[in-house]
Amino acid sequence: MIRPEALLCPRPEGLYCAPGDFFVDPVRPVTRAVVTHGHADHARAGHGTVIATPQTLAIMAERYGADFAGSVQPVPYGQSVGRDGVDVTLVPAGHVLGSAQAVVAWKGLTMVVSGDYKRRRDPTCPPFEPVPCDVFISEATFGLPVFRHPDDGHEIAKLLRSVQQFPERSHLVGAYALGKAQRIIALLREAGWDRTIYVHGALDRLNHLYEKHGVALGPLAPATSTTKQDFAGQIIIAPPGALADRWSRRFPDPVLAFASGWMQVRARARQRGVELPLVISDHADWDELTATVDELRPGELWITHGREEALLRWAQLHDIKARALALVGYEDETED
Amino acid sequence: MRAFAELLDRLSLTASRNAKLVLLRDHFANAPDPDRGWALAALTGDLVFDAAKPAFIRKAVEARMDPVLFGWSYDYVGDLAETVALVWPARPGANREPELSEVVDALRGASRAEVQRLIEGWLDALDATGRWALLKLMTGGLRIGVSARLAKTAVAAVGPVEVSEVEEVWHALAPPYDDLFAWLEGRSARPTADAPGRFRPVMLAQAIDEAVDFGKLDPADYAAEWKWDGIRVQAVSEGGVRRLYTRTGDDISRTFPDVIEALDFDGALDGELLVLREDGMASFADLQQRLNRKSVTDKMLADFPAGIRAYDLLSDGGQDTRALPFAQRRGRLEAFVGALKTSRIDLSPIQPFATWEELAAQRRQPPPGDPALAEGLMLKRWDSVYEAGRPKGPWFKWKRDPFLIDAVLMYAQRGHGKRSSFYSDYTFGVWSEAVDGSRVLTPVGKAYFGFTDEELKEIDKYVRDHTVDRYGPVRAVRADVRQGLVFEVAFEGLQRSTRHKSGVAMRFPRISRIRWDKPAGEADELATLERMLAQMEGR
Repeated sequence: MIRPEALLCPRPEGLYCAPGDFFVDPVRPVTRAVVTHGHADHARAGHGTVIATPQTLAIMAERYGADFAGSVQPVPYGQSVGRDGVDVTLVPAGHVLGSAQAVVAWKGLTMVVSGDYKRRRDPTCPPFEPVPCDVFISEATFGLPVFRHPDDGHEIAKLLRSVQQFPERSHLVGAYALGKAQRIIALLREAGWDRTIYVHGALDRLNHLYEKHGVALGPLAPATSTTKQDFAGQIIIAPPGALADRWSRRFPDPVLAFASGWMQVRARARQRGVELPLVISDHADWDELTATVDELRPGELWITHGREEALLRWAQLHDIKARALALVGYEDETED
Repeated sequence: MRAFAELLDRLSLTASRNAKLVLLRDHFANAPDPDRGWALAALTGDLVFDAAKPAFIRKAVEARMDPVLFGWSYDYVGDLAETVALVWPARPGANREPELSEVVDALRGASRAEVQRLIEGWLDALDATGRWALLKLMTGGLRIGVSARLAKTAVAAVGPVEVSEVEEVWHALAPPYDDLFAWLEGRSARPTADAPGRFRPVMLAQAIDEAVDFGKLDPADYAAEWKWDGIRVQAVSEGGVRRLYTRTGDDISRTFPDVIEALDFDGALDGELLVLREDGMASFADLQQRLNRKSVTDKMLADFPAGIRAYDLLSDGGQDTRALPFAQRRGRLEAFVGALKTSRIDLSPIQPFATWEELAAQRRQPPPGDPALAEGLMLKRWDSVYEAGRPKGPWFKWKRDPFLIDAVLMYAQRGHGKRSSFYSDYTFGVWSEAVDGSRVLTPVGKAYFGFTDEELKEIDKYVRDHTVDRYGPVRAVRADVRQGLVFEVAFEGLQRSTRHKSGVAMRFPRISRIRWDKPAGEADELATLERMLAQMEGR
C-alpha cells in the first residue's frame, strides 16, 4: 500500500497532489487548483486552471470577474476528471451552493478532502454524501464539544417570534453573503414568511446567482427607503460587517440578529452587541464532525484547519489515527 | 421550563429597558400558573436555591465525558453553567422536559442526594438553553440584568395597574403569587396589603425647572429641606416586625442590624440612610462601605455607624397617615422622632425662607455643617398628601449646580442597541505630569450621555476620523497637546478610589458641553480635581 503522503501533502500553498500535479483550495496562485467551494478563503483568483463544480465556477466568476483564472474545467457532482492515473471526483459537501468534497483516488488509495461541510439539511444545496475512504481530510471550524448547533427551524422560529413581539422595530439579520444569507431567506420562506425580505446591496449579485441556479428566494427588495418607519416589522438581511456600521442607522431601533455558529457562546454575542443570536451554521458542529468520522471509520483522519486539538484528542480516545495539518489561510466564519 | 429558559436567554442579551419590559410582560401574560409565578419569584430574588454547587456539576459532567475535552471547553467559554449546558452529553431515553414548577417543587422538597439525581435527569431532558437556565437557577443568582423593580413593573403591565399598586401588596404575597395574577387578570379582588412590616410605595419628586416653575410657585405654599446625600429608605416597625426597605421595596434589613435595632416604635418612617457620627453625617463614600454587603462585621458597624434622617411619617401607631397634608404629617413626625430614645434616628430640619431668591442664595452657599454636604434642596407643598409615584407639582428637587471640569476625549466605545453603530461611550482624561516631566493624560472618568443625537453624530465622526488604535469595540482617539477633543464634564462629586489610576472617581459624570473651540492643551489638570476633592473632604 502506498503512503497517503505520496498522494496528498501539505505545502505552504495548500494541500498538494504530486502525482496529479494540483492543489486543493490553494491560498496562493498555482498552475492547477481544485476548488471545493466559493468562499473567498478557499476560492482565490489568479490560478492557471480551476477545477470545480459549475456552480462554484459561476460564484467565482461573479465575485472576481470572468477572467478569474487562465482556464476552467467544470466537473458536475458525481463526475470525475483524471490525469496521470489520479482521479478526482466532486461529491456534494452540503456547505453552500456548489460546495463539494474532493475524492482523490490513485492506485487503489482513496482520500477525501471534505472542504467545509455540514450534515444537516439545507434547502439551498444538496446534502453531504459520505464516501468510504482510506484517509478523511476534515475541517474542524467548530471542533470543540461546546459547538452543538440546535435545529435551524427552532432558530428561525425564535426570529419570527421576536418580529411578532416587537412589531415597531426592524429585525436586522447579519449573515455571510455567500450561502448563509440565501439559506436564511429560504428557511424563512419554509417557515411561512412570505413578505418582502429586504437585503443589503452586497447580497444582490449572489442572490440572483442562487435564483438562476434554481434556489427560489421569494420577494426581495433593496433595503433603501426614504422613511425609517417603512422598515418597522420587517426583516432585513445584511453582511455581518454592516450590522454595526453607519449603514444600519436607517432602521427604526433595530433588533440586531446574527446567524452564525459562533453565536452559540453568549460572550461572543455580547461582544458584538447582538441581541438575538441565531445559531445557524454552514459548518459541521462537534456532533457532526465526530459522527462523520465514526461513520466513515477511515484508516486515518487528517484535520485541515479550525480547532484541531480537540478533534485530535477525540480521535485518540477512539483509536483513530489522526494528524493535524495546521493549514493556514482558512478563516471561514471569522468575526467580521 | 422551556418558555422560562428562552425568556432568560433573551433577557441576558437585551440592553434596552423597554425591550426587557415587553419580553417580561409577554411571559407573565402567557405562561401558565404556577410557572409564571415561580419565574417572577426567581427574577425578584424571592426564590434562591443552592441545590447544586459548581463542584458537583463539574463532577457530574466529567463522569460523562473526557475531562480534558471538558477543560478545553470551559477555557473557551469561561462560564461553568454555560459550558456544561453546551457540552452536556445527554443519555438517550430521557423523560419529557420538566416544567419550571416541577423543578421548583422538587428542589424545595427533596433531599440533597435526591436532588442531585434529579438534576442529571433534567439536564438529559432539556436542550442547551434549558440546561443553562436550570443551572443558573440552581446555583443561585440569575444575573441577567433584571431588577426586582423591573420585574414588578412588567407584572403590573399585565393588568395593567400602576407598579406602586403591586409594590403596595407585594410584601403580603408569597410565591407563586396565584392571588396576584388572579387580581391582575380581573378574576378576583385585590389581595390584602395588611401585612405587618410591609413596604409602602414611595413618593418621588420632580426636578424643578428654574426658568418655568418659580414664576408659578408661591414660596408660602412650600417647605424646604436639604436633600441628603445617602439612600432613600423606609423603616417600618409594626407588631414586632421590623424592616428596612430601599425606595424600590428591596428588603435590606439584614445588612443594617444597627438600624433595625433602633426601630423601637410602631410606625413607618420615610427618610435618608446615612452614616451618622457624633459630629454629623459622613460622606456618601462612607455609606458605600455599608451597601451591598452580604455580611456585616463588628468593625464595620463601629467604623461606619448607620442611621436614618427622617423626613416623613407614613404610619403612626397603626394609623395610616399618608392621606394627611404634609404640614400635619410633619407635626406628627417631629413629635414621633422627638419621643425616640435613640441617636440613630434624627429629624431632617426645615430650612426657613421667605422668597425664592433667599432660598437660591442658601442653595449656592449652604450654612456650615451637614447642609454643606447636601445634594441640594427639596421643596414640598405644605398641603400635599403622600402619593406613590412621581406626581407633578407637590414635590420638587432642586439640585446643587454640578461641578465642572474640562477633560480630553481619550477612548470611545461602541454603544449598545440603538447606539450600536455609534461610538457613544467616552473615556476622558486630564493632564498630569509623568515621571520624566512630560505632560500626559490620565483617564478620570467615563460618560455616555449629556449630548444630543446631533452632537453624537458629530462626536462619532470625530472618533472615526481621529482613531489611532483599536481594541475590539474600543477606539483610542488621538489626544495630545496639539490635537484632541475637549469635553466639559459635569459631575456630582468626587471620591478617592484605588481602582482608578488617577486616584479619584467621579459621581454621575456626563458631558455638559462639547468644546470644539478649546485646544486640548488647555484642558484641566489632575491637580484641579485633587483640590476639589480636598475641599469636599474638608468641607
